[in-house]
Amino acid sequence: MQNAIKIHVNGEERDWRSGATVSDLLTELDIKTERVAVELNLEILDRVAFGQRQIKDGDRVEIMSFIGGGSSSRGQHG
Amino acid sequence: MADDRLIIAGREFKSRLWVGTGKYKDFVETKKAIELSGADVVTVAVRRVNITDRSKENLLDYIDPKKYTILPNTAGCYTVEDAVRYSRLARAAGVSDLVKLEVLGDERTLFPDTAGLIEAAKILVKEGFIVLPYTNDDPIVAQKLVDVGCPAVMPLAAPIGSGLGIRNPYNLKIIMEMIKVPIIVDAGVGTASDAAFAMELGADAVLMNTAIAGAQDPLAMAEAMKYAVHAGRLAYKAGRIPRKLYATASSPIEGML
Repeated sequence: MQNAIKIHVNGEERDWRSGATVSDLLTELDIKTERVAVELNLEILDRVAFGQRQIKDGDRVEIMSFIGGGSSSRGQHG
Repeated sequence: MADDRLIIAGREFKSRLWVGTGKYKDFVETKKAIELSGADVVTVAVRRVNITDRSKENLLDYIDPKKYTILPNTAGCYTVEDAVRYSRLARAAGVSDLVKLEVLGDERTLFPDTAGLIEAAKILVKEGFIVLPYTNDDPIVAQKLVDVGCPAVMPLAAPIGSGLGIRNPYNLKIIMEMIKVPIIVDAGVGTASDAAFAMELGADAVLMNTAIAGAQDPLAMAEAMKYAVHAGRLAYKAGRIPRKLYATASSPIEGML
């Protein structure tokens, strides 16, 4: 049975459902799994774990990828 | 110069010009500039995926990781913890074990926190990363970075994005003479002559972003940088004449009236 839960994805609160995995979240957000890194409550997940790890109420998910940048910047582009 | 290869941690690099991918107008310009520069190493930053606007394209759709060595950086990290976290995320994102390590000490100058840099490098080397640290033009710090296992060192020429050129050629020269790993001059280049100068000093490569992306015509500057780095390298290998205060005639006296 699936209950409505609240999670944080990239800093934003989001309605979600219990029992769903990281893979389910990526699919719903239309994010291809290659070249992204996922951090679940500060733990960096192995790509093979995406399909098994369920996201629980209150979990914090960070989905990271590569953007343009050379050297340091405080803004979006380095 | 066919056998003039740059090898770092067993990897061979064809180009001695490395480029960043920030500050371009769009991905098409980024791609064109990189092609014209001839660079085969491109740096990228690690950031949150935009989950609200999925129509946004991905940089790596334009920069093929099969064609280029993607060098993720820890740009924007001010603590050892953050730099290590971003490095691990970069590796988890599946490009490579390479990281251009930055641990910054100050927002205005973007100068590195060298104590933090050495500490972060130590942790990441132990985890199997190939750590290329962005550091000051300080020979002692450069040596410490080598001692903890960095296979190359990247001293700055001037503050990031400043375009001031080579501010302390003597320190850079000392680093190049003292340090027995490849030296990549990173940050501060403003124009082609700066890049040539860095290579003439004996740098193994030059990394730049703003000098190209911020030029009036980034594509033309990308090409200029390619030639500058090549010319500087050739001049370094050729060995320049010594500087002398007075003239030395280059035409013979014999046969004059």
